[in-house]
Amino acid sequence: MATAPIVEIDKVSFGYDPAHPVLHGVSLRIEPGSVVGIMGQSGCGKTTLLRIIAGWLKASAGNTRVLGESVRDLDSDGIYALRRKMGMLFQFGALFTDMTVFDNVAFQMREHTDLPPDLVHDLVMMKLEAVGLRGVAQRMPSELSGGMARRVALARAVALDPRLMLYDEPFTGLDPISLGVIARLIRTLNDSLGQTSIVVSHDVEECFGIVDYVYFVSAGRIVAEGTPDELRRSAEPFVSQFVLGEPDGPIPFHYPAPTYEADLAAPAKNA
Amino acid sequence: MLAGLRQGLADLGSGATAKLLRLGFAARFFVAILLHSGTAFRRFGLTIREIYFAGVLSMVIILVSGLFVGMVLGLQGFETLQRYGSGDALGVLVALSLVRELGPVIAGLLFASRAGSAITAEIGLMKATEQIAAMEMMAVDPIARVVAPRFWAGVISMPLLAALFSALGIFGGYLVGVKLIGVDEGAFWSQMQASVDVRNDILNGVIKSLVFGVAVTWIAVFEGYDAPPTAEGVSGATTRTVVTSSLAILALDFVLTALMFTGGNAK
Repeated sequence: MATAPIVEIDKVSFGYDPAHPVLHGVSLRIEPGSVVGIMGQSGCGKTTLLRIIAGWLKASAGNTRVLGESVRDLDSDGIYALRRKMGMLFQFGALFTDMTVFDNVAFQMREHTDLPPDLVHDLVMMKLEAVGLRGVAQRMPSELSGGMARRVALARAVALDPRLMLYDEPFTGLDPISLGVIARLIRTLNDSLGQTSIVVSHDVEECFGIVDYVYFVSAGRIVAEGTPDELRRSAEPFVSQFVLGEPDGPIPFHYPAPTYEADLAAPAKNA
Repeated sequence: MLAGLRQGLADLGSGATAKLLRLGFAARFFVAILLHSGTAFRRFGLTIREIYFAGVLSMVIILVSGLFVGMVLGLQGFETLQRYGSGDALGVLVALSLVRELGPVIAGLLFASRAGSAITAEIGLMKATEQIAAMEMMAVDPIARVVAPRFWAGVISMPLLAALFSALGIFGGYLVGVKLIGVDEGAFWSQMQASVDVRNDILNGVIKSLVFGVAVTWIAVFEGYDAPPTAEGVSGATTRTVVTSSLAILALDFVLTALMFTGGNAK
């Protein structure tokens, strides 16, 4: 018997204003236990898709089922109940700057459970050990490097062992060592904790190195999908432009504009 | 010409609609704070922490300003009263001016500048650095966890700060009037005691400062929560907090004074 997908998105459309839709009829399935990449250039709609999955934005059309729940039918209590089964790593960590690393990781445990302080301490230390940062438990976030802050945020996100992890551009702005550490952690935490993970990213190599399946998004549509190996061999022009990082192709180098001659001949407005 | 007029009217209409929408959002936000205030009282430690940041850390500026305002009142008041041979009534003048008006109003203005701006900047930056979003993602309501404790901390701190301002002001007036100028000490205190009424003067002053506390903190938390998540957005919101709160204090003070100290309540 086939297992039910953790996330199932069916013909979802969304736009902040109806004249400029961000997503057009997107459909995808994410199977339990997998690490799935949603890739595309900046502004293509991939973070919007992540926010629809998290119940942050309501799709204007289509259905979104996450962990068996239809997201659009949930009220705010239902959304909060669903989010307690999810974790999210934000692009720059989003640690609480007025709390120590320990308190950041303990935050959800203290907010959502009545665990005794000794147990909270042990659980926080286990989470920090998993990301290799037990030694900075009493530091403030401002005393951490970017890579360390991202790892602490990861420990905080998995504090209550969520079933679904969402990663929003987890590799942005990291040095190669931190980047490799985060990538390895995403995969190992997913496998060891029995999670399912969605990684939104535009970093091809790092993402291809850890995901099982990739959806490519361009201009609000899924334009390609497959395993990393399939996509590396893909002849699809968008995929090969993106994977090889070519400056011109289906995604033009130039943003749409009047002709070059017309702009040069036009009288100066802002000079 | 006609097209320009039409465009001008359209801009005026859309501007007014946007302002009204924001006012409506602010009103709904206020109701949301009240409805989500349970955490702020159940886990009173959260509110105590904010009372420290908003109230205790504002004490230096409040106490020093109160002392100097009282000293200036002593100098100016004595100068005027002496012309009418009423120098002994200096204590009454200083106390009534401070308890009824200057205490709540100046403490409110200082509170808006010192604590209101800090609350807006803190919440605005929490939003800009996605800390508010992270909290929502962890199924923790930021209005209950972040906004309500700051709101109630401001409401609780404001009357206490106004009382401290008035107390230090009276002490400043005493220093200048009695110790420096030589007003009779017994007359200074006894006339003050006889003329200042607990209900009409002190209680009304406390009510004023409570109303200012609600207004300033509501504006501060709303501006922070509604700030665009950019450097300019947070800076603009902080400025708006100080300007709007100050104007609100002055306008509310006029209305409250008209209600409290005129007509049947006049002493």
